[in-house]
Order: sequence, then C-alpha cells, then structure tokens
Amino acid sequence: MAQQMVMYDQEFQQISAVCDRLAREASAKVVFLVDKNGQLIATHGGENLDTTSLASLTAGNIAATGGIAKLIDEKEFSQIFHEGQRDNVHINIVGGRVILVVIFDNRSSLGLVRLRVKKASEELSKIFDLLLKKADQPGAAESPFAEISDEDIDKLFTD
Amino acid sequence: MSTVNFGSRELYLKVVYYGPGLCGKTTNLHYLYSKWPKNERGNMVSLATETERTLFFDFLPLSLGEIRGFKTKFGLYTVPGQVFYDATRKLVLRNADGVIFVADSQAERMDANLESLDNLSDHLAESKLALDKMPFVLQYNKRDLPSALPVSELSAALNPRKVPEFEAVAPTGAGVLETLKAAVRLVFNDQKNKK
Ligand SMILES: Nc1nc2c(ncn2[C@@H]2O[C@H](COP(=O)(O)OP(=O)(O)O)[C@@H](O)[C@H]2O)c(=O)[nH]1
Ligand SMILES: [Mg+2]
Repeated sequence: MAQQMVMYDQEFQQISAVCDRLAREASAKVVFLVDKNGQLIATHGGENLDTTSLASLTAGNIAATGGIAKLIDEKEFSQIFHEGQRDNVHINIVGGRVILVVIFDNRSSLGLVRLRVKKASEELSKIFDLLLKKADQPGAAESPFAEISDEDIDKLFTD
Repeated sequence: MSTVNFGSRELYLKVVYYGPGLCGKTTNLHYLYSKWPKNERGNMVSLATETERTLFFDFLPLSLGEIRGFKTKFGLYTVPGQVFYDATRKLVLRNADGVIFVADSQAERMDANLESLDNLSDHLAESKLALDKMPFVLQYNKRDLPSALPVSELSAALNPRKVPEFEAVAPTGAGVLETLKAAVRLVFNDQKNKK
C-alpha cells in the first residue's frame, strides 16, 4: 500500500468535474469522494452538511463492512445502500482505493443512481490509475513534506 | 497514509490514540476539542455505547495552520480499549501516520498497559509495519491519582526505545498538547523520508 497519496491540481479538477456531472445526471443532492483513510477528496453539494465527519464515518463504515466480508470469506462488498425516510445513501468503492458516496432523495431512484455511479466509477478509476503512475515518476511535483523544517513545525503551534 | 492534495492545497495526516480501556484517550480528544479555536476544528464524532465507552472510534479533525502554502489537517482517532473490540481496533489503526500510546499510570493497570502495547505491535506487524519504525510517543496519564507509579518505573516497562514521553492529567489538559505536538513533529519528519 502506498504510504502517501498525492493529488495533483489537474486530476483534482477532473475528479471534481466527474462528481459534478454525476450529481446532475443522477439527480443527487450530494456527491463526495473519500479516500479509505477518511479524508475528503472532492465534493459536490453538501454545503449544509458536516462533510468532514461524513467522510470519516464513511471510511469507518467501509472498513467495518470490509471486515465483515473477510470474516464470511467474501471479497469486499463493493456497494452499500442505506435507505432512509427522506434521504438515501449509496456508497461504492472505486478501483479498490477510494469511496464514492451519493446522497439522494425521491427525486431520483436507486436504479438511476446505480447506473450513473457505474459510469462515473469507471471514469474515476482511470483518473486514479493515471494519478498513481504520475506520482511514481521521478519528475513528479516535489512533495511539500520534503521542504518542511523544524521551524515550520514549531510555527504550527505558536499561533 | 498521508494525502498531499495539490488541488485544494492541503496536507492530511492521521494520528491514532491507542491504549487500554479507560486510560483517557477519549478525554485527550475532548480536551483538544474544547480548547481548539472553533474555526480550526470540525465536530467531534464519537461512536460510543450507551455507557460512553468507545465502541468503534472517536474522531476529531483539527487544522494546524499552513506549511509552505499547504493547510495542514490532522484526523485524530481513538481506538476502543476493551480487549474484545480487537477487530475494530485493527481497522482504526489502518493507515495511521503516527501513534500516541496513552498509558494508565495506576499500578493496578500496568498489566493492561503491557497487554495493549503488545496488541499494538501485533496489529502493526500484521500490516507489515513495525512499531519501532512508526512515529510513536507515549503519554503517562492519570498522574493525579494516588496509585500512580513513578514515571521511571513506567518508562522502564513501556518505553525501552526511549521515544518521547509525557506525563498527563487529561481532564485538566496537563500534558495533552505537549503529547500531540511531539507526535506531530515525528509524523512530519517521518513523511519527509517517504514517498
Ligand atoms: N483522575 C483522572 N481521571 C482521568 C484521567 N484521564 C481520564 N480520566 C477518567 O477516566 C475515565 C475514562 O476516560 P476515557 O477518556 O473515556 O478513557 P478511554 O477508554 O481511554 O477513552 C473517565 O471517567 C475520565 O474522566 C486523569 O488523568 N486523571
Ligand atoms: Mg474512549
């Protein structure tokens, strides 16, 4: 497993565009993408939601269902669906790496969401494949971590 | 697993508080939550039982200011301490960039500390990580209690590698920030050598 995930500006824009389009085409309220670590990668909508907490809980949810899958000798459950009174949540693992979450209400349907998610997942998978290759290249953008000095770290806590 | 996002110009890192049940992990997070500037932290999420024992994890997202034009964000997690929550503990530990071990200073909790520390290295080993390669700091909590062992004794038993160690009384905040600072420092230094 990679110890660092690097997201470049170009791919970030592409990923955000895929999320925007998915939200539109699936008539979803909110779309977001989370890495398995619980970090939010991109969102569409959800301005009134605590997306940071949602991201961490989604990753926890995927980790827990992955654990259950292992215990019953299943490969991971690649899709999870939570049905609510008003809103529903569709969760899907993309390329084994990142988690795509779609929140929708009765203006959409599970069938439509599944269909659109499938297409978006394929696109996202390709982008993430390229991203990994790019990060492996020697000339890839310098990680900001490499530059961090002790003073930088001290300063983090003084203000 | 850290994330460097050149798009949003953010660095994201995950730190896990580990330790036996009731040693004060959740209390560390509560204190940080209460003291951190509101616009620099998110909500604290606690997946707990009805009796407030951690069931899955607590989560506290903190922002720590900018480094080299990147906003730095830390996701702090606690594991459930009770022995029978082993499977969930393993999940929370996954992808951690650093670990803070909170030990309970009370003499009667020494066995629980040792067991939990063993459990931590076992879990890391399973994910092909070695505790001695991991950014790791120790906190001796509950220094205010009468049965607290001398630090020298705790250190001899729990800290053979002499990683940074701190005394704490988590409910008052004593030692809480110092512990986190030391962990953050190690995590950043560790990231420098990674790719
Ligand atoms: N006296 C004392 N009590 C503490 C200290 N730290 C935590 N506690 C108490 O110990 C109990 C368990 O703490 P908690 O943070 O929930 O433990 P966790 O299981 O590690 O998350 C709570 O009642 C805390 O108030 C400490 O430094 N001194
Ligand atoms: Mg707890």
